[in-house]
Amino acid sequence: MKILVCISKTPDTTSKIAFKNGNTVFDDAGVQWIINPYDEWYALVRAIELQEKDPSAVIHLVTVGGADCEPVIRKALALGGNEAIRVNADSTDSYFIAAQIAEIAKQGGYDLVLTGKETIDYNGSTVGAMVAELLDMPYVSLATKFDLNGTTATINRDIEGGEEVNEVGLPVVVSCQKGVAEQRIPNMRGIMAARTKPLKVTEATAVEALTGIVSFELPPAKAGVKLVPADNVAELVRLLHEEAKAI
Amino acid sequence: MSVLIFVDQSEGHIKKSSFEILTYGAQLATQLGVAAQALVAGTVADDLSALGKYGVTKVLHAPAEALNHVDSQMYAQLVATVATTQNASVIIFSHNQTGKAVAGRVAAKLKAGLVTGAVALPDTTSGFVVKRTVFSGKAFANVNILSAVKVISVNPNSFHVTATEGKTAEVETIEIAATPKIKVTAVNKVSGDVPLTEAEIVVSGGRGLKGPENWGMLEDLAKVLHAATACSRPVADSHWRPHHEHVGQTGFQIAPNLYIAIGISGAIQHLAGVNRSKVIVVINKDPEAPFFKAADYGIVGDAFEVIPQLTAEIKKMKGI
Ligand SMILES: Cc1cc2nc3c(=O)[nH]c(=O)nc-3n(C[C@H](O)[C@H](O)[C@H](O)COP(=O)(O)OP(=O)(O)OC[C@H]3O[C@@H](n4cnc5c(N)ncnc54)[C@H](O)[C@@H]3O)c2cc1C
Repeated sequence: MKILVCISKTPDTTSKIAFKNGNTVFDDAGVQWIINPYDEWYALVRAIELQEKDPSAVIHLVTVGGADCEPVIRKALALGGNEAIRVNADSTDSYFIAAQIAEIAKQGGYDLVLTGKETIDYNGSTVGAMVAELLDMPYVSLATKFDLNGTTATINRDIEGGEEVNEVGLPVVVSCQKGVAEQRIPNMRGIMAARTKPLKVTEATAVEALTGIVSFELPPAKAGVKLVPADNVAELVRLLHEEAKAI
Repeated sequence: MSVLIFVDQSEGHIKKSSFEILTYGAQLATQLGVAAQALVAGTVADDLSALGKYGVTKVLHAPAEALNHVDSQMYAQLVATVATTQNASVIIFSHNQTGKAVAGRVAAKLKAGLVTGAVALPDTTSGFVVKRTVFSGKAFANVNILSAVKVISVNPNSFHVTATEGKTAEVETIEIAATPKIKVTAVNKVSGDVPLTEAEIVVSGGRGLKGPENWGMLEDLAKVLHAATACSRPVADSHWRPHHEHVGQTGFQIAPNLYIAIGISGAIQHLAGVNRSKVIVVINKDPEAPFFKAADYGIVGDAFEVIPQLTAEIKKMKGI
């Protein structure tokens, strides 16, 4: 079995979000880059668990980005995976990224493509769906549990107002979230091994941009908190009712 | 040309997030000078002609039973086919579970530019620029869609529903042959509760509540407010509360009218998921808790004393 895990780099969750060049570019000065938590904690760890059960399984990681993605992809390899592929391109939009991943997936003939449910920077929650469409494969979104029995996957996924259990034959694309696996910490052996695992670089296929970011903006600042004494809860209720009109 | 709005349904009923996008789509159609049409899939109990009150002139209904479950492949085929035959220039989804499964597929199928998590109508004065949230609610991006056909998925709770009572839409039934590749073996609906992402008011608890046994008072407060309940990440990680209540950068991002945070410190990752709430109330015993900086109203006090009083005062105000 061949598994492809999509890995994206995102700013650390404590990063200060700021923009430069007239609010057109994310200001990454001083930003620490991490593996997108959904890709790392759920998609990658679940793939590793599947390989632990079936040692003949092969895991490839794929990322779309410049050479500055390599430290993050090495971190992912320290957790697991046999090799990584970096498509050398500055990603323009989610369709561009999906088209690159679909190209790699076609060449590699994977049985299972795993993504995180979204990245914590652009929050598109779309790459998995697009990859699946480009590969003409079924797509199970927002998985909270993933089991494999031969070539049939049993997957719990979030739907409007609840959850559903799906049974689907491989190949399939799945986006993973909390529940699918538990976060792991890389150990020394993994970190050493990651240094020598193959990291192939391929050039991007030409894809025309369908969207472009014009500018960024920050949310308006709050005016400041109005404190109400703890012994006058009635006053809070009055303010919420009469001033904020929120209740 | 038209704006095609994909209307989601759950167990035969059309949900609030769909009324929001119907309003959004109808206003966009007016802005573009084209017709607004709705597409509904699966068995529906509601009167579809009544969707006219949100401004659509036509409702296309594909009642095939196979469409009662959201199989993204089948749904994408349906939406793309209808969009093509109706000559739709913009396709609207809700950025909910269904939208997340289907919108990306439709966009890839039609080579249409996609913006997810939209919070406002497109600015069409120069291009087609849609404002969306990025960095898990810490910022917004204005994104220009360059392709002829465009797909937008709108964040729940970010667009106000408007309706003109009495207006009806023409309903047209469409037959499609649909065979899902995915077999649904079980469905568990969380009934009764207000879904978190659609709730107008959210009452949320953190580690300051000490343990799952103390959530009763929080649920009482939620009940009098018709609110949904939420929690911080460590609360969900410790299994005090179910994971679908976890809000924040790595949980749900929500934008209710009112967010009441109880015993939550206000870590940057938590704020990212809730800072688009219109009004934020913080109850925390530590006056230095960072959450107060992001709040509109606050009480420095012990949750165990404040919450029961708050519930009682609201009951008094509402006369219940
Ligand atoms: C990669 C990453 C992602 C993360 N994602 C998220 C996320 O999505 N969502 C999230 O919530 N967190 C997230 N976190 C965790 C976050 O950093 C905080 O640790 C977490 O939000 C703290 O939860 P808390 O406020 O409930 O607990 P604490 O920080 O322990 O705060 C408890 C608060 O309760 C108050 N308190 C105690 N007793 C009382 C009382 N009797 N009455 C009133 N107040 C009281 C205390 O003063 C304190 O402010 C993430 C962290 C990382 C590293």
